[in-house]
Amino acid sequence: MSEIRLQGVSKRFGTTEAVKSLDLTVGNGKFVVLLGPTGAGKTTTLRLVAGLEQPDAGQVHIAGQDVTAAPPAARDVAFVFQQYSLYPHLSVFDNLAFPLKSPSRRMPADQIKKRVEEVAELLRITSKLANKATKLSGGEMQRVAIGRALVRQPSVYLMDEPLSSLDAKLRADLRLELKRIQQSLGATVLYVTHDQIEAMTMATEVGVLREGELIQVGTPRQIYEEPGDVYVATRLGVPRINLLAASTLPHLAAPAETATIGVRTEHVRLERQPVNGMLRGQLTRIERLGDQSHLHLDVAGQKMVLLADPHEDRKPGDTLGIELTRPLFFDAGGRRLRGS
Amino acid sequence: MAEIRVQNLHKTFGDFVAVKDSSLTVSHGEFFVMLGPSGCGKTTTLRMIAGLEMPTSGQISLGGEDVTFLRARERDIAFVFQLFALYPHMTVRQNIAFPLKCQGMDRNEQNSRAEATAKLLRIDSLIDQPVSRLSGGDRQRVALGRAIVREPKAFLMDEPLGALDAEFRQIMCHELRALHDRVNATTVYVTHDQLEAMSMADKIAVMNLGVVEQFGAPQEIYDRPATMFVADFVGSPPMNFLRFSSALAPGDEAVRLNGAAVPIPRVSEGRAESPLVLGVRPEHIRLADSGNLRARIFGAEYLGTTQIVTLDTEHGQVKARIPADAVARAGETVGLTFRTPQLSLFDAVTGRAIRNPGGAAHV
Repeated sequence: MSEIRLQGVSKRFGTTEAVKSLDLTVGNGKFVVLLGPTGAGKTTTLRLVAGLEQPDAGQVHIAGQDVTAAPPAARDVAFVFQQYSLYPHLSVFDNLAFPLKSPSRRMPADQIKKRVEEVAELLRITSKLANKATKLSGGEMQRVAIGRALVRQPSVYLMDEPLSSLDAKLRADLRLELKRIQQSLGATVLYVTHDQIEAMTMATEVGVLREGELIQVGTPRQIYEEPGDVYVATRLGVPRINLLAASTLPHLAAPAETATIGVRTEHVRLERQPVNGMLRGQLTRIERLGDQSHLHLDVAGQKMVLLADPHEDRKPGDTLGIELTRPLFFDAGGRRLRGS
Repeated sequence: MAEIRVQNLHKTFGDFVAVKDSSLTVSHGEFFVMLGPSGCGKTTTLRMIAGLEMPTSGQISLGGEDVTFLRARERDIAFVFQLFALYPHMTVRQNIAFPLKCQGMDRNEQNSRAEATAKLLRIDSLIDQPVSRLSGGDRQRVALGRAIVREPKAFLMDEPLGALDAEFRQIMCHELRALHDRVNATTVYVTHDQLEAMSMADKIAVMNLGVVEQFGAPQEIYDRPATMFVADFVGSPPMNFLRFSSALAPGDEAVRLNGAAVPIPRVSEGRAESPLVLGVRPEHIRLADSGNLRARIFGAEYLGTTQIVTLDTEHGQVKARIPADAVARAGETVGLTFRTPQLSLFDAVTGRAIRNPGGAAHV
């Protein structure tokens, strides 16, 4: 069992509360992603688990053991950073073997070789083992950095935006790879990022952080479809969810306390002419992205962006009828209103 | 009139051919994007239009005037770079007016032009602030202001948004395009980001290895890629390629992939048995038991608005974009159907599209 459990963990830097009484469990074999903007406390949380920071309050358990006071080396975790720091003068093989050669481990050379080859196979870099680390592409270097975490077979993996320095195409490839590796190893991973696509595509569970507070934890689908408040609703979804002031749409059926109506860009049905009960939108701009078009509309004086098929014949100035198929209702404090 | 015409432009650096015999025309008022990976020659082409590089051969005309060998400052264009260089000790007003001051323009005229420009960019409330106090976005606006204030014939922009984060980049994309429309400028914009290109451009030239692979409207390039390179570079995830071998006869309306008949747009040119590639965009794939082509689900990536399903077929791995509420379980075998009119067919050897009468692929 390699589980991470955080109980009431708080961390303060001067007057800034970086992490506020955080409770989180990363179950054995789970891939948990903490999502939040810069300054939300993601990296601090990760460093608290690694032992690179000490909490002011609360406890950290790894694999059932209280490690709150334990030094990093005693925690059996592997940390993958944003910037891959490989030894440039060493080969890929020696870079991967390095963590196993530490004097405290005394692993025999043939075992080291076997382990490195296994990991290289998993990462699909076997053919590059003899190369100098500096002769690799960015994606390969980051794979070696991840490999260096894998060779030690720690209880848990901690990853701090490991894909953020790669270009878009490579990032998409490595997302799939990382997920495949995690699943085939049954590894327990705590991963932090500000990239919602990484969170949605890789996580078994996403934790949304805001200013040091963990606001909601759930599967990507739960977070996207059932956000607990406006903040969470705006964290996932590209283009972003439309937020309309309820006061401008008095005819729409909504719970009494509704202040804001959230409309996901795809949760609508569009008609050429508004019929009863539909919102009326004026098309101001069509953004053609190939696979889909973004319709920019003016609805009761507010801007709205909706997805549409690129081959539909529409032009700026058209009036459209908009039926909301799955509206989300929020009160004045941003909390989600249910029971509608 | 600020039509930019580039004819048979060629540029070599030593043995390296950066731009190969390229021709393109940017019409007056057009937002034109040169799109391609690093090293494709897009920046070199832009720098030749600006006069920062001299072509090895070929001709460049601006508004009907041959400017091929004119110096940069003799061409009436403004260049916006990726990293905006502002004078940190000066105010917004001084920064914007600087190019006018260099021209020796009258002080009052300088002021009124700088104010009008700031208004256009919606930074008029900041005009007497030092630029060192501005946010990144406002600084980028000041940099644009400095380019606009001269009222040049054309704007040349080299990845001006490259240094910004994703969310802000999207906002600036909209602003840049709106600005272009307001000032009725001719803009040539260089980027490697296909989404930026698709969302802003009237016309796109996709470049690869110094050659313009395709030149056309964004949706046309997306729907009818002229080459496999274009099909792969534009779109995310890119177009799927299903490799097979077959002969074609004029009038054919289906191809056989391992015995499975797949309807395609009617073929207009026949050819002998040869390696071919069927190109399918992810959103034109449906998972249906009725599909002739069988595939095994490798995994699904949930994206909220949609999901991307990766499938293994006998012709390689493909990605399908399907509704987020559709069920796709890893390990299951499903049939695939395609939206026929949207399919592309390529010659696997040359990588070029095979034309069909429905929507001729053209360069």
